[in-house]
Amino acid sequence: MRRLKFSNLLLSAPALLLAAPVAAADLNVTVQIPQLNVAEYHRPYAAVWIEREDHSVATQLAVWYAQKESKEGAGTKWLPDLRQWWRRGGRDLALPVDGVSGATRPAGQQQLKFQSGKAPLNDLPAGKYELVVEAAREVGGREVVRVPFVWPVKSMQSLAAQGQTELGAVKLDLAP
Amino acid sequence: MFKRSLKWAAIALALSLPLAAQAHKMWLLPSATNVSGVDPWVTVDAAVSNDLFYPDHVPAALDKLIITAPDGQTAKADNAVTGKYRSVFDLHLTQQGTYKLALISQGVFANYEINGEKKRWRGDAVNLRKEIPADAKQIEVSESINRVETFVSNGKPNEAALKPGGKGLELVPVTHVTDLVAGEPATFQLLLDGKPAADLKITAIPGATRYRNAAEEISSSTDKSGKFSLTWPHAGMYWINASTQDDKTEVKQAKQRRLSYTATLEVLPQ
Repeated sequence: MRRLKFSNLLLSAPALLLAAPVAAADLNVTVQIPQLNVAEYHRPYAAVWIEREDHSVATQLAVWYAQKESKEGAGTKWLPDLRQWWRRGGRDLALPVDGVSGATRPAGQQQLKFQSGKAPLNDLPAGKYELVVEAAREVGGREVVRVPFVWPVKSMQSLAAQGQTELGAVKLDLAP
Repeated sequence: MFKRSLKWAAIALALSLPLAAQAHKMWLLPSATNVSGVDPWVTVDAAVSNDLFYPDHVPAALDKLIITAPDGQTAKADNAVTGKYRSVFDLHLTQQGTYKLALISQGVFANYEINGEKKRWRGDAVNLRKEIPADAKQIEVSESINRVETFVSNGKPNEAALKPGGKGLELVPVTHVTDLVAGEPATFQLLLDGKPAADLKITAIPGATRYRNAAEEISSSTDKSGKFSLTWPHAGMYWINASTQDDKTEVKQAKQRRLSYTATLEVLPQ
């Protein structure tokens, strides 16, 4: 009996080693904020998150809003304009969230890099997900772009979806 | 005799706004139903009108306004003013959660004859005996409870303010009242005196009626448990209404009780 236990221990030790993340999986997001030729331009508020199949939030990745202190509280007044994000979980957050909230970004390619095992991605359980990017611009429009994906991946994968108005291309690069 | 009572019934019906779909509609219209930030306010219009949501008839009286805060306590309106066509007030949302704004009119109606002349009276039950002359004839008394509501959430919604009081027609959320999206079905429950109100017809009319030719009314009915579902065809402010009548009067002279529930609900785009 004792012997059996011992051999179990021996066997499970390498298994543990295998299960431990040798190299953390990567999840990289590129969000294109389009250059817009409008009379009054404000940088968009934007949110990036991962949704489960039932639309519940698996993890919040980023939210960009006006950070400057004002009477209206660092832009938090306008966060419900990111409508889907707001109802799917934005309103549950106590902002600012470390590593998630940040300042609005200018037009161009905005890159976000995440690693499994580290906040805010942490250990995303295996499953089907959607990367969701929502942008809302003061005196402008609003758009949501979704990129479905399966996690984790066995080999490098590049996925993308195209926005039409407030967002350009949204790219999702996954590495095992 | 039958003819006469029918006529009185018609007058009584006309008095009880907003009972019938073709009657004037009473509403509260908030400037937003989802707010956030350090110092959120909303401004609210209150009116009785034909078109939704354009004040074109009379203002709603704010003396019957009751605001319930997310902690279940009563909150106060600010900057209230009543104009020709609408009343307006502000609400400072100092708590996180959902506020219920309600115009609750509860009244007693009486029709009677004195010296062959037909008279109408409306007021509080306590004054009924005092204010109707002792020699009045053909007295017909009825009661009404009309509830006109809307909801605003600051941050994360909650349901403490939506706890039913157990009197008249009331709405209980299954889907939260400030979490409505075009194309997604929303389910609510109607209660009558705190119990499921079965087999009631609910109608919903989207706002901006001035800019279209049809009412675009959608409807639903409550099941045995008082529940009903509506799927919003598009985003916008919706006026929903249900009404019924029964004989569960509190005033013993009254034979009939009329009840209505109205809410303004905001539906956001996907």
